[in-house]
Amino acid sequence: MDEFILFFRLDIITKEKQPSPEQLQVYMKQYQDWIAGIAEQNKFLGGKGLSTEGKVMKSKGVITDGPFAELKESIAGFIMVQAKDFDEAVALTKSCPMLNGEGNSVEIRKVSGVHNQE
Amino acid sequence: MQNNELIPHLFRTEYRKIVSVLCKHFGFDQIEIAEDIASETFLVAAQTWGIEGNPPNPSAWLHFVAKNKAKNYLRRTALFKNKISPQLKLAPSHIPNDEIDLSPQNINDSQLQMMFSVCHPSIAVEAQIGLSLRILCGFGIEEIADAFLTNKETINKRLFRAKEKLREEKINIEMPDAAIIDDRLSAVLRTIYLLFNEGYYSHSQNQTLRKDLCVEAMRLCTMLIENTLTNRPQVNALLSLMCFHASRFDARFNDNGELILYEEQDENLWNADLISKGGYFLRCASEGTAVSKYHLEAGIAFWNTQKADTKEKWENMLQLYNRLLQIEYSPVAALNRTYALSKANGKRQAIVEAESLNLSGNQFYYALLGELYTEIDNEKAIENLNKAISLARTDAIKQSIQKKIDKLK
Repeated sequence: MDEFILFFRLDIITKEKQPSPEQLQVYMKQYQDWIAGIAEQNKFLGGKGLSTEGKVMKSKGVITDGPFAELKESIAGFIMVQAKDFDEAVALTKSCPMLNGEGNSVEIRKVSGVHNQE
Repeated sequence: MQNNELIPHLFRTEYRKIVSVLCKHFGFDQIEIAEDIASETFLVAAQTWGIEGNPPNPSAWLHFVAKNKAKNYLRRTALFKNKISPQLKLAPSHIPNDEIDLSPQNINDSQLQMMFSVCHPSIAVEAQIGLSLRILCGFGIEEIADAFLTNKETINKRLFRAKEKLREEKINIEMPDAAIIDDRLSAVLRTIYLLFNEGYYSHSQNQTLRKDLCVEAMRLCTMLIENTLTNRPQVNALLSLMCFHASRFDARFNDNGELILYEEQDENLWNADLISKGGYFLRCASEGTAVSKYHLEAGIAFWNTQKADTKEKWENMLQLYNRLLQIEYSPVAALNRTYALSKANGKRQAIVEAESLNLSGNQFYYALLGELYTEIDNEKAIENLNKAISLARTDAIKQSIQKKIDKLK
């Protein structure tokens, strides 16, 4: 089993694209159901949502407000799962409700340095 | 992972509470800031709770996050106002203190005050309803567009212009003085009435949304009743009439989305609880001497909850309509009165009066004539019903009229 981290990218900047409170509540439920699906397979390792504010620090003491306002795909949150391999991680991600939104994406990376021998 | 079910509409409910309090705090000219803070709070909630499960007290969590975001915003603007703008010689218009009060009392007060501000006579009526839906009811732009059968851009423009107007007029978020409250109350009640109407008669296909509109209208009216300053007879009358009408909500449409006419509705689907609530509020409304149009409409709505076709029912409705038309004429009331007349005094008399109404161009006028001529002069009935179909705008209505024509042939 390996550890994988999933970054959820959405447009959290463009005002007109933001869902209504009612829609958000629906999305949240869908999201919870999906996470529960992973958890019951004993593959969920935790995760966090991220604030809409942020800061970006660069070299030469430059600090700007995040989160990367130019990108329409800001990282909204991440979770970590354990899976046999990339294929399995992808399979788990296929039913992520965020993918129903146009322009949304989930980036899957393997966490290096963790190898549990099966 | 622990997941308790969230109460339905939690986000929407909390949205209006947070926006109202923040608006009162920042001032109405900063309403967009209030809306942004509320929206961001829900975004964070959706992500965090989605992953970590619901917090033990969701409302408190939302309020806490909203408060912090507001504080951060204030700190940033205070920095600008205190350090930078004096240098620029700009007078700060309004420097609020840091503490955001989200106590239940302040939440209620803010929402009531917001109601009066939004239903201000200086902005167009549909803008009042749109703004009420957005700020007081927490609806999204798309939901409002769907309710009005228009698109997002139109609604955005409408809301934008309304907010601009309120800014121009320098409307503050506060309760009007006791002296003018009755006056301003009539604007608020009319908006609530129209909001309910929107849900009840809307042509939007979205059934859930339409019921939500009716529920929201009733909720706003209830808020007025719960506050001693605004708990007037006419407010109780309005709530009473909404309860009576809403009691038939589930019986009005079949599974195919077709309108089911009153005579054909399944009485078992009528909500008895709402009917008795309507009765309760009607009794509460029977104080004092003033009779508002809401009193009369509530009386009429009451009789509509009694399905039996008695002389008493139609006599009473006729009298109520007669008085209603004296207070406020409307084509709909005139048509309904004529129908009540036909039931109380017979079709022939009603036909005479109906022909003199001359409401050409009104689909319901021809539908009524069609109904009245049925079995008296079937040819004229069919003629009128066909005119009604040509003016009808939704398939549901066209179908129900067509059914009547088919029965006559």
